[in-house]
Amino acid sequence: MSLLGLVLTIFVGSMLAALVSRFGRLHAAWLSGVVVVVALIQLLFLMTPVIDGETTIERWSWIPTVGLDLVFRLDGLGMLFALLILGIGLLIVIYARYYLSERDCMGRFYAYLMLFMGAMLGIVLSENIIQLLIFWEMTSLSSFLLISYWQERSDARNGARMALAITGAGGLAMFGGFVLLGEMVGSYELSVILDSGELIRNHPQYLTVLILILLGAFTKSAQFPFHFWLPNAMAAPTPVSAYLHSATMVKAGVFLLARFFPALSNTPEWSWLVGGAGLITLLVGAIVALFKHDLKGLLAYSTISHLGLITLLFGIGTPLAAVAGVFHIINHAIFKASLFMAAGIIDHEAGSRDMRQLNGLWKYMPHTALLAMVAAGAMAGVPLLNGFLSKEMFFAEAVSAATYLQLGWILPALVTLSGIFAFAYSIRFIHDVFFNGEPIGLPKTPHEPPRWMKVPVEMLVALCLLVGILPTLTVEPLLRIAAGGVLQAPLPYFDLAIWHGLSPALLMSLIALIGGLLVYSLRYPLFRLHDRFEPYVQASKVFDALLRALHALAAAITRHTDIGSLQRMLAWFVFSALVLGISGFAAGDGILRGPRTTLPLDGVSLVAAAGVIAAALATVLLHRRRLLSLIVMGAVGLIVALIFVKFSAPDLALTQLSVEVVTIVLLLLALYYLPQRQLPESGLWRRARDGLLALAAGGGAALLSWAVLTRPFTSISDYFLDNSVSGGGGTNVVNVILVDFRGFDTLGEITVLALAALGIYAMLEHLSLSGPTVDRRGRPWDRDVHPAIMGSLTRILLPMALLVSLFILLRGHNLPGGGFIAGLVTAVALITQYLANGVRWTQARLPANMHPVIGVGLLLATLTGLGSWWFGYPFLTSTFSHMHWPIVGEFELASAMLFDLGVYLTVVGATLLILIFIGMLHSGDDTEHKPAGESA
Amino acid sequence: MIETVIPIAFTLVALAVVLNFWRLLFGPDAPDRILALDTLYVNTIALLVLFGIYSASNIYFEAALLIALMGFVGTVALSKYLLRGDIIE
Repeated sequence: MSLLGLVLTIFVGSMLAALVSRFGRLHAAWLSGVVVVVALIQLLFLMTPVIDGETTIERWSWIPTVGLDLVFRLDGLGMLFALLILGIGLLIVIYARYYLSERDCMGRFYAYLMLFMGAMLGIVLSENIIQLLIFWEMTSLSSFLLISYWQERSDARNGARMALAITGAGGLAMFGGFVLLGEMVGSYELSVILDSGELIRNHPQYLTVLILILLGAFTKSAQFPFHFWLPNAMAAPTPVSAYLHSATMVKAGVFLLARFFPALSNTPEWSWLVGGAGLITLLVGAIVALFKHDLKGLLAYSTISHLGLITLLFGIGTPLAAVAGVFHIINHAIFKASLFMAAGIIDHEAGSRDMRQLNGLWKYMPHTALLAMVAAGAMAGVPLLNGFLSKEMFFAEAVSAATYLQLGWILPALVTLSGIFAFAYSIRFIHDVFFNGEPIGLPKTPHEPPRWMKVPVEMLVALCLLVGILPTLTVEPLLRIAAGGVLQAPLPYFDLAIWHGLSPALLMSLIALIGGLLVYSLRYPLFRLHDRFEPYVQASKVFDALLRALHALAAAITRHTDIGSLQRMLAWFVFSALVLGISGFAAGDGILRGPRTTLPLDGVSLVAAAGVIAAALATVLLHRRRLLSLIVMGAVGLIVALIFVKFSAPDLALTQLSVEVVTIVLLLLALYYLPQRQLPESGLWRRARDGLLALAAGGGAALLSWAVLTRPFTSISDYFLDNSVSGGGGTNVVNVILVDFRGFDTLGEITVLALAALGIYAMLEHLSLSGPTVDRRGRPWDRDVHPAIMGSLTRILLPMALLVSLFILLRGHNLPGGGFIAGLVTAVALITQYLANGVRWTQARLPANMHPVIGVGLLLATLTGLGSWWFGYPFLTSTFSHMHWPIVGEFELASAMLFDLGVYLTVVGATLLILIFIGMLHSGDDTEHKPAGESA
Repeated sequence: MIETVIPIAFTLVALAVVLNFWRLLFGPDAPDRILALDTLYVNTIALLVLFGIYSASNIYFEAALLIALMGFVGTVALSKYLLRGDIIE
């Protein structure tokens, strides 16, 4: 049982949720629920040392060469957040199962939700801050997917894009801050950073680091002026809103404040920046919330306001304020999740979220109404509910902070003002929705939701009451552990009593209560005032305008530099390469010819060189007759392969030969849609210029190779030659390098290949083009689509070609060959069947769906790499042993061969996918030959 | 014996390669060039095998095998293009 395992459980759950939803609508929900419960149980076991006041640190080797380890940390703060994330996550999983309708794809929803949950857990359990950042960015991405879950709605797409732009930009700033911080402290690990508070605060770059990190925290937790993405993210399904705005996403921002509290706080800069942003957000959120007619809009601005409250508490910077901040994080998570869920129920069962339509729902859904009213009371800070306790602490902190910050009455007054509005919007939530007459024009008659949709709300509301009435028995132990994790120091004295006597805080609560009632009773004139000014002050409009200006700027730059001419771009590119090369060369010793003696010239090389030069020249001269230049290019490729053979690079030769054929097929496919004859498009002068440029560049490259080849040079190849057999168990050094020494590069390359294939597939899927009906000379195409001789011959060829590719694959580790070449050979062999026998014939015999092949290939390669972790070695360490088989004789088994098989499958899948889909672009006058896949 | 035969064979095949190149470069028409490329593939195989016998090594034979296979496919694709324009249909 480990923290890594805990995080991985959720991520694996995400993948499984997507998979199992194929077999039934509710499978994904059940699976997610079980996975979260399993994770919670793991967490309970892992928590034991933390409860005793220890911090668990767990280290896994990740990328040791750059000093990056996967390090997890579980302390009080992380434990609190992990509990909130998983606990509320479980309730959301249950709730969403009833919330989503028949039309919504359950698998996709739960997969995204679990992905998000895993990323959040990663944030709160990270010890390494770079690792924390990676999870941070994952939450931005997965929340984008969640918010845009209803992809067909433009508000969902816009809201998601806005959230991604804001939180992504903040993440980027935070990255900068983290790197500076890491360099400042000399370590990227929290244990060191949290102990280096003095060093950080006295560093000249403290302010830069602080601002960059705060940008990350503020964008995420929707602090003013970045608050506007949050209301726009309300386009998400309500379970998502409930989750993102209670326990996660926005809480990640305040988590960051809490996490870095010991390292960054306790300076005037911190107080002003964090406290200032918090105070403004607190006020703006509370005031705007009152004017939102949309139930979720009100809750969204209330969330903003409460996050401002928490930020302000951390900004005040005293240990006691931090304790209050942590306390309010807990309380807000509980009541806000339940409120969002209640709003979702109302939306679900009444068909509207507009408080001008929703009235008097008490009669229709009394049970839900009661739950929502208790939760709203907690939000307002009514005594005996949890919100009251932390709000009281907050008021008290504001008063004491005002005395030592010498702000006089301003801070308490503003805080009380926010309290007044918080009371007013909470009353509005209760009174407008559940009382205030009868519903107006609802699309359906409201009724109570299914039993289990209310259960999560009931549990949360029960918690509101328990914490509110018996704080010392329920929440205090947890709060003490969590606050200890924040402060990394002994806790200050505090007392979670409901009655603290007649204190300034109580007075402020009373003023807020009375003021709130007053503001609410004056709401109609206030609404009219708001409607007059609202169009002028909308942050999201400012954001849109900024974004439009940015787009316009980018478009203007593109317009002025790129006129869409490939010739011009290439001319500039080649020209600058020439200038750079020549100036670089001139700056050196300027001697072209090195001291090495040249090898004697032999006849074979001379003939090959003459052949390749002739063929290359012919390609250039024939370039307007595309087919002919393609044929000649085939000869160029062939000679190049021969040159590789001559200079003892059989692997390269084999690769070149296979790539050559694939290229010919690909270009022929494209040629069909191009004009058969191309006329000169540019004038003589320009052609002369381009010709000169090309000559100069080609000549330069030749001279450079000459300069390199004539100099003595020791490469790293000796190392590979010496270690190939001992380290990788293969005598073919090229292949051992590919699958073992540089296996990670190969894995990256096949991933890129797979992505490219899928990208091409996505772009071509529904495209269809029409090609010419006559050939270059105007003759109609032959009517014999698949000549019998061609068809029969290629069918005989197939088993032989497959045998050859199997041979090349298996021997690859020791003799020329390997997965890449074998994959190309197989792909070519299969493509031949498409060429000679047609799409329909082939697809009747061979499944055309290449996605699983690519997927299995990548998975195999990755799993082989991961396999070495299992045995405690770094990623992609290969192992091998020799076996003696009867008949076959000595046979070597290397784990790298499995990796090679993965490469093979990916190459086959990607090549086939690309070629077949380009081949099927042709819409065809002849419906008989439509590919089978398209008619289905 | 073999020492005498190989240079002669080599010369003859090389001559054939030169003639292939003539057809490849000067056509006159696309089918001529496709055939020239195909024959070039065949002659290359011959050259490789001869070179392998000459240097008593079988390391060149895979290249020859692959040229045999790939050359055929290239020719099929080019011919199909001449015939129908659309090579995968």
